[in-house]
Amino acid sequence: MLMETSDEDLAQAAAGGDRAAFALLLERHYDRMFALAFRLTGRRADAEDLTQDICAALPTKLRHWRGEARFTTWLYRVVINATHDARRRLATRTRAANGWGDWEKSRQAEAAEAAQAQDWLANAMAQLNEDLRDTLALTLGEDLTQAEAADVLGVSEGTVAWRMSEVKKKLRAMAAEEGAA
Amino acid sequence: MSDEFDRLKDALKSAPPSPDAARRAANVAAARKNFDDLQESAPQPRPISDRPFRAGLIKGVRTMLTKISTNAALIGSTSVAALVFGFYLSGNFTPGTIKTPAPAVITSSASIGNVAEPDGSTAPASPQAETRVEHDNAQSPADLALTAPTTADEESFADLDVGADAAPAAASTATAQATQSAPSPRSQVLGGVVAQSNLVEMAPPPPAISRLVAPAPSDIIAQPQPDNTESFANAEQNPVKVTVEEPVSTFSADVDTASWAIARSSIMNGSLPSPDSVRIEEMVNYFPYDYPAPDAGEGPFRADIAVIPTPWNPDTQLVRIALQGEMPAISGRPPLNLVFLIDTSGSMQSDDKLGLLRQSLKLMLTELRPEDQVAIVAYAGSAGQVLAPTPAADRGTIIAALDRLQAGGGTAGQAGLQQAYALATSMTGDGEVARVLLATDGDFNVGISDPEALKTYIATQRDTGVYLSVLGFGRGNLDDATMQALAQNGNGQAAYIDTLSEAQKVLVDQLTGALFTIASDVKLQVEWNPAEVAEYRLIGYETRALAREDFNNDRVDAGELGAGHAVTALYEITAPGSSALRNNPLRYATAAPVEGNGELGFLRLRYKAPGADSSQLIETPILQSDGILTPNPDAQFAAAIAGFGQLLRDDKYLGDWDIEDAIALATAGRGEDEFGYRGEAIRMMRLAGSLMPH
Repeated sequence: MLMETSDEDLAQAAAGGDRAAFALLLERHYDRMFALAFRLTGRRADAEDLTQDICAALPTKLRHWRGEARFTTWLYRVVINATHDARRRLATRTRAANGWGDWEKSRQAEAAEAAQAQDWLANAMAQLNEDLRDTLALTLGEDLTQAEAADVLGVSEGTVAWRMSEVKKKLRAMAAEEGAA
Repeated sequence: MSDEFDRLKDALKSAPPSPDAARRAANVAAARKNFDDLQESAPQPRPISDRPFRAGLIKGVRTMLTKISTNAALIGSTSVAALVFGFYLSGNFTPGTIKTPAPAVITSSASIGNVAEPDGSTAPASPQAETRVEHDNAQSPADLALTAPTTADEESFADLDVGADAAPAAASTATAQATQSAPSPRSQVLGGVVAQSNLVEMAPPPPAISRLVAPAPSDIIAQPQPDNTESFANAEQNPVKVTVEEPVSTFSADVDTASWAIARSSIMNGSLPSPDSVRIEEMVNYFPYDYPAPDAGEGPFRADIAVIPTPWNPDTQLVRIALQGEMPAISGRPPLNLVFLIDTSGSMQSDDKLGLLRQSLKLMLTELRPEDQVAIVAYAGSAGQVLAPTPAADRGTIIAALDRLQAGGGTAGQAGLQQAYALATSMTGDGEVARVLLATDGDFNVGISDPEALKTYIATQRDTGVYLSVLGFGRGNLDDATMQALAQNGNGQAAYIDTLSEAQKVLVDQLTGALFTIASDVKLQVEWNPAEVAEYRLIGYETRALAREDFNNDRVDAGELGAGHAVTALYEITAPGSSALRNNPLRYATAAPVEGNGELGFLRLRYKAPGADSSQLIETPILQSDGILTPNPDAQFAAAIAGFGQLLRDDKYLGDWDIEDAIALATAGRGEDEFGYRGEAIRMMRLAGSLMPH
C-alpha cells in the first residue's frame, strides 16, 4: 500500500512548479540518464557533459510535459535529442566526433578484463552508424521493446526491427572478419 | 550468431560506469537551481486555487520539512511515527484507493514538551513541527508517496527542504553528528489526521495516505558547493630567481581586475576562492592608488618606484613599480562606437546575471555622450541584432532594447562575436573608437569550432581597430580562462561584475580608462644588479610573463593601458649575504661583483602609441634611495593585498605572516579611501580570515 508516487504524477507536479517533486524525479532518473548518455556516446566525459546539459535544460523541458507518454519514454527522448544536438555540434569541431572510437585512449584506467570487453564493444559500436547505435542503446542497453524504442526514436516499429536485423548482419560480418583474421 | 548478439547485449548492459559523484551532485544542484529560477521567472504566478493537487500535496509535505529544524525533524518525525503507529492499531483504515469525498485540509502539528534528545539527555524541545497539507482535488490517489534518499552520500533535497531554515548551524551540526550512526528516522504522515501530541482526538479515517521518509540528518549539514564548470587561467607561482643566473625579468602590463571580484564573490558566498582563481596582480590592480600622473608632454604614463621593507620578511625588500597613465582631456574625445554583445543563453537567466547586466549597462549609458553610438547583439541559440546602431542620446530606445532581452537557449558565441565585429566596423568612422563589450557568464562553449582560431580572429579584428572587452557576470560556469584569453587578444579589459557597485566602478568611474587606450603593448623589463640583489621574485603576473627577447619585438602583443589606468608590480628582492637567501651560491660560477653602486636594477618600459606600429622605450634606474622612510599608504596597501593574495594561493614565501598581519597592514595603508574600496577590502580580508583553517 505504500507505493511510490509514479513518475508521471511527479512530472505533473514538477511541471506545475513543485520543487520537491522535481528533485525527486531527478534523483530517481539521474543514473538512468547518465547510463543512456554513456551508451549513446561511448565516452565517459561526453556522457557527463551531456547529462549536465540535460539537467540544466530539464526544468524548461518539463514545462512541455503533457503526460502523453510514460515519463521514461519522454526522458529517453530528451536524452536522445540532446545527444543528436551534441553530435551535430561535435561534427563542427576539430575534435572529430569519434565517440566510441576514442574509447581506446581512455580505457587504460579500467580494469583489464572490463577493458577488454569494452574494447570489443567499442569496436563493434564504432562500426555501426548513429541510428543503429541509438537503437541498440535503447533496446539492448535499456531493455526497451522494439515498440517502445520506436516510440522514443520517433520511427515506426518496423524501422526498429529492420535496424536490429541490420545490426545482426553487421555483427555477423564482423565475426566472419575476426574468424578470418 | 546469436552469441555475438548476446555478447553485444551484455557488453552494452555493463558498459556505463557509475556517474561521477561530484558531477552528479553539481548537475543535480544546477538543475534544481534552474528549476527554481524558472519558477521565479514564470510570466505569471499561478493562482493558488488552480494549483494541481499533487503539487499541493507534495509542496505541503515539503513545507513541513522546511519548517522543522534538525532537532525537530528527528523528534517531530519520531512522534509522527508514533501517531501513525497508534493509528494503525485503531484499525479503522482500509489501504488502497480511498476516494476523498470532499476537499480536506489536513493539519498535523506536533508540539513537543520534554522529549529525549538523541544523545539520551532530556531537554525541553522548543521547536514545533507543523504540517499543513491542502487538498483541493478530490481525486487523490491513495498511493502517493514521497521517498527521499536516505544515504548520506547522496545530495538529496534535504539541504533545500530542511536545511533552508534549520536551527542555528552549530546546533544542527551537533545533532547531525550525534545521530549520524542512528538509523534514519522514518515518519509517516497520514492525511486527514488532525494530530495533536496525544492520540485522544484522533480524527475519522484518512481520505488519503502519504508516506514520507525523512532524509537522514547527516544530509542536513550544508554541503560545500562544488565549483560547477568554472575554469580559471593561472600558472605556477613565480619562483625565486637567482640574479646571476637570470638577471632579467620581463612581463606585460595587466589592468584586469576580474580576479579580485571573483575572490570577493566567493568569500561573500562563504567559501575561499579557488587558488587557481587568484591572480595577485589583478587583485593589487583592482584598487586605485594615488600615483603621480605624468606631466603634460611627458608621455602617456609615468613610472613611479618605491622600495619598502617586506612585511612578511624582515630580511628582504619589496620594490614597487607603478605606472600611472595620463588622463587625457576627455572633453575632446572622439565619439565612441559600442557594440554590446550580450549572452542570452539559458544560463544567464538569473538576477545576478542578466538582471545585473541590464542594470549595469543602463548605468553606463549615463556616461555616454549624445554623439556616441550603441548597438546590441544578443547571442543564444542563434545570434541576432537586437538594436541597430542608435545614438546614445536616444536612451529610451536603448533601455527598451535592454529590457526586451530574454534568456534562453544555447550559446552561439562565435556567430555572435562575428556579427558584433561586423556591426562595430560598419559603425566606425574615421578617427573614431570602436569596441565590442562582451557580457557573458562565461558559458562560451557552443559554436566555437576552434579556440585558437577564435583568438586569431579577435587578434585580426584588433588590428583593424576594433577592440574587445569582456564583462563576466554570475557564478557557476564562469569560464575565466576563456574570458582572459579573449580580452587579452582583443586589447581589452576583463572585469568580473558581481554587484551593482562593481558595475559602477568598472562602467562608470573607470569607463574612460576602459574604453580609451592611451598606450598599447606595454611591456616591462627589469634587469637586476647582482651586486645589490642576489635573488628576486616577481609577485603575480604569472599569466603575463614574456620571453626576454620578446621585449624588443614589436610584433609580440602585450597589455594595454587605458586613460587614467594604473599598473602596480611588486618584486621581493634579497640582498647578497642576507640570511633570507633561499639558494646557496654556486661554487663554480663567476662571483658576483661585490661593490654595489646603490643601483638595485634597471627598469625598461616599452609601449606603442595607440595605432602606432613601432614601440618607444622608457628607461629608469631602480635606486636603493627610492626607499621611503615615511610610511607610504599606497605601497603598504598594495603589499597587504599582495600578501593576502599569496595567502589565498600559496603562502610558502610568507613564513608565519598570516591574515591578521595582512589586515593590520591593509588598515595601516588605508589612507583616504575616497570610494571605500580599501575599507571593503579589509572587510573581505576579515571574512576570509574566518574562513581560513587555523
